[in-house]
Amino acid sequence: MKKKRLLLGDEAIAMGAINAGIVGVYAYPGTPSTEITEFIQNSPAAKDNNVFCRWCTNEKTAMEAALGVSYVGRRSIVCMKHVGMNVAADPFMNGAMAGANGGLIVIVADDPSMHSSQGEQDTRFYGKFALVPTLEPSNQQEAYDMMEYGFKLSEERDIPVLMRVTTRMAHSRAVVEYDDAIEPRRELCNPKNPASWILLPANARKKYPVLIDNYTHLGQVACESGYNRYFDGADKSLGIVACGIAYNYLRENVGDDCRYPVLKISQYPLPKDLVRRMAAECSTILVMEEGQPFVEEQIQGILPHGCTVKGRLTGDLPRTGELTPDCVRASLGMQPHETFAPAENVVPRPPALCQGCGHRDLYNALNRAMEKFEDHKVFSDIGCYTLGALPPFRAISSCIDMGASITMAKGAADAGLYPAVAVIGDSTFTHSGITGLLDAANCNADIVVVISDNITTGMTGGQNSAGTGKLEQICMAVGVAPEHVRVVIPLPKNMDEISRVIDEEIAYHGTSVIISRRECIQTAKRHLKNK
Amino acid sequence: MKKDIILTGVGGQGILSIATVIGQAAIQENLYIKQAEVHGMSQRGGDVQSNLRISSSPIASDLIARGGADLVISLEPMEALRYRHYLAKDGWIVTNVTPFVNIPNYPDIEKVLDELRAMQNVILLDVDAVAKEAGNPRGSNIVLLGACSHLLGISSERFEEGIRGIFARKGEEMVEANLKAFRAGQAAAVK
Repeated sequence: MKKKRLLLGDEAIAMGAINAGIVGVYAYPGTPSTEITEFIQNSPAAKDNNVFCRWCTNEKTAMEAALGVSYVGRRSIVCMKHVGMNVAADPFMNGAMAGANGGLIVIVADDPSMHSSQGEQDTRFYGKFALVPTLEPSNQQEAYDMMEYGFKLSEERDIPVLMRVTTRMAHSRAVVEYDDAIEPRRELCNPKNPASWILLPANARKKYPVLIDNYTHLGQVACESGYNRYFDGADKSLGIVACGIAYNYLRENVGDDCRYPVLKISQYPLPKDLVRRMAAECSTILVMEEGQPFVEEQIQGILPHGCTVKGRLTGDLPRTGELTPDCVRASLGMQPHETFAPAENVVPRPPALCQGCGHRDLYNALNRAMEKFEDHKVFSDIGCYTLGALPPFRAISSCIDMGASITMAKGAADAGLYPAVAVIGDSTFTHSGITGLLDAANCNADIVVVISDNITTGMTGGQNSAGTGKLEQICMAVGVAPEHVRVVIPLPKNMDEISRVIDEEIAYHGTSVIISRRECIQTAKRHLKNK
Repeated sequence: MKKDIILTGVGGQGILSIATVIGQAAIQENLYIKQAEVHGMSQRGGDVQSNLRISSSPIASDLIARGGADLVISLEPMEALRYRHYLAKDGWIVTNVTPFVNIPNYPDIEKVLDELRAMQNVILLDVDAVAKEAGNPRGSNIVLLGACSHLLGISSERFEEGIRGIFARKGEEMVEANLKAFRAGQAAAVK
């Protein structure tokens, strides 16, 4: 039976996946993808169907678990933010080579304008890189519908499917019509071509041409897909290619009757025949796409000379940042709306660590310990505690990727920096810090690693953290001497003790870990409320 | 019917619960809805906003164009000003007057309020005081909703149904407290 519900784009994806009969969702939290998994965790239907939905340690373990599900013939999804894809890239690239027995959809949420991210990378490049079909819904209903479509495509073409969404798709609500029924799971079965799952060079060499042929065929599928549509227009002086949610900004400005031909793209590989048709009809093509000039560059390569391509590369749309109805309007040569001038008495209000947060107390103590060293450096990592870079703390010198604090501190110590200090969160530590700590412990590198343990994955809203209750054992197990695994409680009253412990471990010329442990103030409040 | 609304405030103030009630009421009216939210890092005490669009015909964009908003609803006065250039020329600002000062360089509050008062269509309200007076000090956001409800093109009954629906699971006492806050906001806006 068809029902209607107001859903975030992320939730529409989750609902589509549940109804397509997935066995599990495999994910590590990351804005703007987190709500996909959270919706499934809270869904009674998913619970009744035993859908696995516990958070994974990182995106790589998530992707690999999903490959296992696919190998035995069942459906699953993998979800992450765009930079998570870098972590999962190894199994993603090679999983594409292996194929898909049960349907597998990899959902990646990009964050143009970097609302909550360190980069704007466009995941569509990964789709082309791995030669897998890529879906980019333009609205919440499509996001829902594409799940069933994507699983079928994955199973029919024996390949994982990539779905790319962006912040405004992931975190925007609309009414979605959905089916109430859940598809039954298939029986376990073996892959059609088991050898392609053993990527020995001899097997991989056989599979690679198949993958390439398949990609050509998928291009044809994209031309015929209902998600890619060509709308004719009387005025052929301009043709407009609108990808994903850019299509909405176009319609917002021109309504349903655009005088120019419009090609809506929500499925890749690029539907070349449709692009060629537009080039044959129009002398100029304007490309609207969220993220990097992925389509614009490819179109330039497809088209004959004499056809002008405009978009982010030519400055007709901004080279960086997310699209808006306003910049799309300007690219169409339309007059801007009349507006009030921006107000005068407004200043930026950057995010800050919460009042009462344990990271605050840790940074106060750390700053006290470090001020004894001129031009000192603290390597840090990805999480709420990255906000320690801002005033009043100004406590950290770096934040690159998940886990880099430990390994960068080790490299800097190798190069002669003293003291070399790393600050990493508990969830980031288990995500990608343990291997780095093993490197350090194996040579007893002269570093101090502070694990600021708030017993949760804080920045994304308080999800379970994989290492809770095990951090001391993990550190000792990788080889940190037990007497140099210290635990402190970050509270103002403990300031002297924490600074002293940091002093002592800095004075020790070997690998040491200080676990600064106090529950996240946000999750603590929630736990108190639920009591 | 079409209303483009920018809801704004500081992370943690509760703008999304206003959006939820409006959304619920709009669904009951069989209107189309799009609502873009901000999640993630900026929720940590930073400025947050939500673009809420309701319309009797389908809505294309999730985001509101500059100069297109019918309403800016704000739980914080400086945050109301931040989106002034998104307001249509005949649009309204409905805002709380109590500043949320968590930055060292917060502008002079009188200047902020003067700039707001200079607008033609503006409702300034101490929603925290109204909420307290109504016996629901945590209901400031619902007071604010009440204060702008006459500008939203949806009947009071629908909003009250929405409030009942959303707070029902927290008990009848919460429902009544929030209905009271809503009505207090309505009354205060007319003054």
